[in-house]
Amino acid sequence: MTNKILEIENLTVSFDGFKALNNLNFSMNAGELRVIIGPNGAGKTTFLDVITGKVQPTKGRVLFKGKNLKKIPEHKITRMGIGRKFQTPRVYLNLTVRENLDLVANRNKNVFPTLFGYSSSTEKRNVAGLIETIGLDAKADLLADLLSHGEKQRLEIGMLVAQSPDLLLVDEPAAGLTDEETANVGALLLSLAERHSIIAIEHDMEFVRQIAQDKVTVLHQGSVLCEGKMEQVQNDPRVIEVYLGEPPEE
Amino acid sequence: MDSELNIGIYKKKKQQRKQLIEAGIIIAIALIFAIILPIVLPAFRLRLFGRFLALTIVALGIDLIWGYTGLLSLGHGIFFALGGYAIAMHLKLQIPEGQLPDFFTLYGVNKLPWFWQPFYSFPFTLVALVVIPGIVAGLLGYLVFRNRIKGVYFSILTQAALLVFFNFFNGQQKLINGTNGLKTDTERIFDLLVSSATVQRTFYILTVIFLVLIYLFCRWLTSGRFGRLLIAIRDDETRVRFSGYDPTGFKVLVFAISGAIAGIAGALYTVQTGIITPAIMQVAFSIEMVIWVAVGGRGTLIGAIIGTLLVRLAQTFLSERFPQVWLFFQGALFLTVVTVLPNGIVGWFKDYAWQKVQFLLGLRQPLVTYPQIEEDPAIQREREQLTRE
Amino acid sequence: MSALIEGLFNGISIGSVLLIAALGLAIVFGLMGVINLAHGELMMLGAYSTFVVQNVFKPLGEPWFELYILFSLPVAFIVSALVGLALERGVIRFLYGRPLETLLATWGVSLILRQFVRSVNWLLVISIAVFCLFFFGGMTILKRRSNWERIRNWAITILLVISSGIAIAVGFLIDRVGQIALTKPWFSARNVDVTAPTWLRGGLKVLGFQMPYARLFIIALTIICLLGVYWFLNRSTWGLRIRAVTQNRSMSACLGIPTAKVDALTFALGSGLAGIAGCAVSLLGSVGPNTGQNYIVDTFMVVVVGGVGNLFGTVVAGLSIGIINYLIGSGTLALIFTSMEGFKPLVDFFLFFATSSMAKVMVFALIIAFLQVKPAGLFPQKGRTAEL
Repeated sequence: MTNKILEIENLTVSFDGFKALNNLNFSMNAGELRVIIGPNGAGKTTFLDVITGKVQPTKGRVLFKGKNLKKIPEHKITRMGIGRKFQTPRVYLNLTVRENLDLVANRNKNVFPTLFGYSSSTEKRNVAGLIETIGLDAKADLLADLLSHGEKQRLEIGMLVAQSPDLLLVDEPAAGLTDEETANVGALLLSLAERHSIIAIEHDMEFVRQIAQDKVTVLHQGSVLCEGKMEQVQNDPRVIEVYLGEPPEE
Repeated sequence: MDSELNIGIYKKKKQQRKQLIEAGIIIAIALIFAIILPIVLPAFRLRLFGRFLALTIVALGIDLIWGYTGLLSLGHGIFFALGGYAIAMHLKLQIPEGQLPDFFTLYGVNKLPWFWQPFYSFPFTLVALVVIPGIVAGLLGYLVFRNRIKGVYFSILTQAALLVFFNFFNGQQKLINGTNGLKTDTERIFDLLVSSATVQRTFYILTVIFLVLIYLFCRWLTSGRFGRLLIAIRDDETRVRFSGYDPTGFKVLVFAISGAIAGIAGALYTVQTGIITPAIMQVAFSIEMVIWVAVGGRGTLIGAIIGTLLVRLAQTFLSERFPQVWLFFQGALFLTVVTVLPNGIVGWFKDYAWQKVQFLLGLRQPLVTYPQIEEDPAIQREREQLTRE
Repeated sequence: MSALIEGLFNGISIGSVLLIAALGLAIVFGLMGVINLAHGELMMLGAYSTFVVQNVFKPLGEPWFELYILFSLPVAFIVSALVGLALERGVIRFLYGRPLETLLATWGVSLILRQFVRSVNWLLVISIAVFCLFFFGGMTILKRRSNWERIRNWAITILLVISSGIAIAVGFLIDRVGQIALTKPWFSARNVDVTAPTWLRGGLKVLGFQMPYARLFIIALTIICLLGVYWFLNRSTWGLRIRAVTQNRSMSACLGIPTAKVDALTFALGSGLAGIAGCAVSLLGSVGPNTGQNYIVDTFMVVVVGGVGNLFGTVVAGLSIGIINYLIGSGTLALIFTSMEGFKPLVDFFLFFATSSMAKVMVFALIIAFLQVKPAGLFPQKGRTAEL
């Protein structure tokens, strides 16, 4: 028995015959920060969709902490401890920053406890601490709609943390951010990696270099092309051919 | 730390004061409705107004699901009618033991259908007129929401359900008197004629009381975490799933509550109209309910009430004088509210007019922007330049 | 045996009416995600156009009158398409991305159209013409001003008030002069009758039962419309553009497809098909301002069951709903079980639903049950774009 948090075996997902994922095998240890890269259409987002239960596998299975995730609805998977951040920041625009976090931090998410329950003082303190961590204290009572793109991105990461998941799935966290904001988000991820397992999908190679301490996985046409340390992957001829391209001559 | 605590206490005090003011206003309005209007208005006008107030209760229910949760139901006539039929069946049974309501003999029925039996009991009826519409709504909602059917699909399905119920009630003469419906005016309640002035005034006051209670109930529902979750479902249901909530349960519950509220409204409406027929389940009437909320401003409970009263009063006025114009007017109302005033009167007032009023009164209006922008000197300079021009 | 064929034929003929009515709705819904509650009223307009064409042809005498129905088809198509075009340009265009609001707005249009047919007379037409003259004339003049964008909202409001004021005043003036002919409604609120030409009366005798020619005509018309739409969508340039926009609106826009024009065209096409459906419906019975309402919910169900963006689904759904509706409503199912022993409760059950309005109750229950298995209709779209 190893300490695997996520294992994927022979996973195939096909939409009307088109195989978005093709016989994919993947596993990662608890506490790891794994970066997944790959060209467009390599199946990166579908990969996350399957793990979170949004898409059902056609073949194969996904094990999270040893449990098969087949046919478990999204909200239950989330409650089991998988948190997902979407490509574009998806926060609740008509709620304030604090309310956003409070909703996610709710301990019991069934209908009636939500209706009759009140935020406990621990929850309130947690939320206040999180607001500070993501640096939005000045805007805690503003509608999320009024935040800038980078602030929404930070809020969403905050919401993820508020769920206190074991495994974080982060889809292109650096998309559409300035260099400075990218560095901030990178630092945030690295600090989160101390206590969580993280899968990050990313395009921006600069950013990948910043955060890739452990292994990097390259997806291509729905399967794993290669896997290894950043330096290995960077120099793998197949990866250079399908994805990175030749390094520019200095 | 100390100052933060003070701010917290200050905020709490401010909130309490706001709640007190709101409660005061509600009580004042309720008292005007319950005590002064019965004195001022002639009896038949009061009865009309009582019906309008009953309709505002449905509007509250619709606002709950449409304004807050983003589910557009075009079938609330079903739940409204179920409540109405429940109370009407009870009133029909206020006859000596062994007799049948008169219409049964017309169709040669000489045994009371089984589902009429429990309506002899007054407490059962009271429970039924809330619970039956609630259960029907919950069931329909469950069957639709569990498959993640939403948006226009949901609206169309509720409309189809409405038509189905209409057909059913219309076609069953032997069970519930079909098209002719059930007349309540000539029946007795507690040995008093339903149409008598005393009973009608009691119903009117009951309507006001229920309106206040249901308003407070909706207020409670929407103000806490539950209400925020409803808004979250409206804005981004998929995201709610990935936050660990199951939207289906919440939607079913809120739809059932909305149906139950419509049932109460239907009962109050029926006894003040004097009759209930399947015509109450016409497609047009149920869509009209939605437009009341839209006119007033969805997502604001008070808007639902104001909108209903305004539209109904306009309808009474216009259709009494120019019956032809009313449909044109109603059609135009749908168009203008949707295109020009998407947030309704209350929304418009909140977003725009209130600031104007404050400005005219010389009070500084609070600007809702980034705190940082306010302090940015470049912005300040630009502002000054713009105002100078 | 003959009972079964008769049931099948009647079911198909009901289904084909549903199908022809739902066809336009399905195309528009597939492309724009818009459910048009005024679709039934566009059908109604088509039916009234048929009525008008018939009245024009009546004085022409025998050989012409026989053929009026062939002329009324394009007229109905064009009238409904133009109204649909005006609806899209005037209202729906502003509401894209807000499907629920569109639903309400089109309901408003449907109310207006219904009342319009009831009370339309020369006076109303003149008033509307005057209104349009002043309103759009004023807009064209004001649009030349350089500060149009700034005064836009105010200008429209003021123009609206002024032109409606003038229009109402003109209306009153003409009313005062007192020309009865001008204030006499064209159709009145009562139903009007379209008489089918003689070659559509009677029926074809097959295996001992009558197939009415009118029904056969509608079936043929439905098939022609289907083939026409299929050809248009799959073989013409604009059809290609429509399909492209259906699949990915923003990508199409980036590739230079004029999506606004595509929307307008599709909506006009869908509305025109409603007009043809109205023409077909007028052969089946009298036509009134509320005719459209009788069909609208059923056609929605066809679209729901058929699924989005697939004509074949619409066809299957339309026909099966039609057939099931007839089999239950006419009591054929009950009849089948009577002949067998030991099915007494089942017979009673089907007899309970054996009227056309109760059949709808049953069909709705079946549809809800069907949606439990296939929530996205018969042929759902798959892939990442299917659900946002």
